[in-house]
Amino acid sequence: FLGAGGGNDIQWCFSQVKGAVDDDVAEADIISTVEFNHSGELLATGDKGGRVVIFQQEQENKTQSHSRGEYNVYSTFQSHEPEFDYLKSLEIEEKINKIRWLPQKNAAQFLLSTNDKTIKLWKISERDKRPEGYNLKEEDGRYRDPTTVTTLRVPVFRPMDLMVEASPRRIFANAHTYHINSISINSDYETYLSADDLRINLWHLEITDRSFNIVDIKPANMEELTEVITAAEFHPNSCSTFVYSSSKGTIRLCDMRASALCDRHSKLFEEPEDPSNRSFFSEIISSISDVKFSHSGRYMMTRDYLSVKIWDLNMENRPVETYQVHEYLRSKLCSLYENDCIFDKFECCWNGSDRQVEFFSLIVMTGSYNNFFRMFDRNTKRDITLEASRENNKPRTVLKPRKVCASGKRKKDEISVDSLDFNKKILHTAWHPKENIIAVATTNNLYIFQDKMN
Amino acid sequence: MFVRGLKRKCFDGEEDIEGTLAGIKAIPSYNLQRQSLLDMSLVKLQLCHMLVEPNLCRSVLIANTVRQIQEEMTQDGTWQMINTQSTGQASLDRLVSTDILCRSSRDQAEGKHVPAYGTFNKDFESDQAQDGSETMSTASSVQTPRNLQSNMWEMENPQENKGNFQKSLDQIFETLENKSPNSVEDLFSEVDNSYYDLDTMLTGMMSNTKMGHCDSLETFSSPKNTASNSNCKSDLNDLDHIVEILVES
Repeated sequence: FLGAGGGNDIQWCFSQVKGAVDDDVAEADIISTVEFNHSGELLATGDKGGRVVIFQQEQENKTQSHSRGEYNVYSTFQSHEPEFDYLKSLEIEEKINKIRWLPQKNAAQFLLSTNDKTIKLWKISERDKRPEGYNLKEEDGRYRDPTTVTTLRVPVFRPMDLMVEASPRRIFANAHTYHINSISINSDYETYLSADDLRINLWHLEITDRSFNIVDIKPANMEELTEVITAAEFHPNSCSTFVYSSSKGTIRLCDMRASALCDRHSKLFEEPEDPSNRSFFSEIISSISDVKFSHSGRYMMTRDYLSVKIWDLNMENRPVETYQVHEYLRSKLCSLYENDCIFDKFECCWNGSDRQVEFFSLIVMTGSYNNFFRMFDRNTKRDITLEASRENNKPRTVLKPRKVCASGKRKKDEISVDSLDFNKKILHTAWHPKENIIAVATTNNLYIFQDKMN
Repeated sequence: MFVRGLKRKCFDGEEDIEGTLAGIKAIPSYNLQRQSLLDMSLVKLQLCHMLVEPNLCRSVLIANTVRQIQEEMTQDGTWQMINTQSTGQASLDRLVSTDILCRSSRDQAEGKHVPAYGTFNKDFESDQAQDGSETMSTASSVQTPRNLQSNMWEMENPQENKGNFQKSLDQIFETLENKSPNSVEDLFSEVDNSYYDLDTMLTGMMSNTKMGHCDSLETFSSPKNTASNSNCKSDLNDLDHIVEILVES
């Protein structure tokens, strides 16, 4: 039973790590997004170089029942290329900002990947047979002279080595003036939204030459701009409902049935500021970097710089729960502002929904610095800090919890705040939709952890 | 604000103060901390001038911070002080000193909290080179940094706005630098000890690889000014005029 507390706490063990061992990180290899598909069999990563790498889980080996299947490279393809906007004399980065999988409808898999400006629908299909025995073509493809053909035969399919092909099926371009930060597929599986800093557009997966603008917060005079959209997501069950978060720490819930342009929210979620914590950095740290609905859609989770907040959709004036990710950084905000770390956008995710207990979102996971990542159990209110590091890479050895010493005397095994490596940030994490398997991305490596099965 | 060369010059004849300096606990005044934050923010906004479109969210957040500081300083009546130390050289030096902060912290880094400073310095230096070569003429009517921001954000007319961005940047520099050296000497003759303290704090902080000076900056628990306004007192009548131009909104 997931996260039931007591003796049933999850014990995380290292499983695999993917990526270069070098300390010298190639910029193109920086992982920018991580996402499991709906079954959990496939795990996709996007990087700064515009590439998508998909890993596939091995079928469980009956003889090796103590561990779940390993993830191995299934397909790699170049999703986006760098572009140059001649009108603005600016480069358009090929970095993949988000990947979202479509639910599987047939043998092929489909995913949406996006960079700052363009969203693409990719079809990933397997080919393990090929036709042989053409009449007019030789095996190597050369055409035969028809006059040499004396008999006819029917070509047959013969097995071949498995080939995984990725092909772009749709390209959704030219709809965003600003940088796309989110894509979210609707529960109708026909439409999806894409959000940039100032606008949100609604698309139909089949139609690339049109999109509907459903949110526009661009002021008439750009000098008046004080707030931007930071993330957006469709409700998991209600296909007319979506939320978007802002740089001022607010979340707006909108209903597309209310009007064509959802500039007026149905609900506004905002926590009043704590006056005792007020500083020049208050607004920056309140900026929401990620928003995720719970499986049931009853709750949503937001991530700001220092905390994770759980909101009940029925209560707008404050979150129902708040978890501090790295409160020890509050006294360091000026330095973090100076080195730009305060603008890091951490994501957050829910545990997968347990087979037995459907739709219970009980555990929250999010990243931090020094390659630490954190989990919060909503039931027990316990939290844990773990580290993604090659030093802990003994499979089936339970990861040791880490502790940061905020001030005062540092105990053995604790790490002091000033020793944290702020270059090692975990911004992207993902939880298998059904099992206790998590994928944690450091700068250029992908770690996979599993819970220790008995 | 705490230009090293000028500071030394300033304290040359004031040995009697040095004794007392040793005893002073190095906590920079709220005004200085706030000023430092403002400088840092302005530099960050200028550095958004990159090859790839700047991150709009980051720019907006920094601009909002600048606006907050300006509003508070205007309320306090301390906005005049922004120009106490500016001269032809000093304003650039003021920005340089922020850069030194960052550079030395990178040198100290050893896997500490410092990310891409290479980019930071490189862009900053290229901006410096560019602006330093501009000739400073009369102080024209300068829009506030708000103009800077809007020009940066206005993506629809990028070419034109890139020009505008550079122009408003130049205007800010023009204004800041339109001071004769003489008055600058006067200004610095009255400079407060706390300048020196902040500088010591900062350099001391960097060598300790602690997040030092910002610890004091973290004590911004309330927006109200807790330190006295007299820290940077100087006869700024001739600068008030320029300041008004800067603040004009």
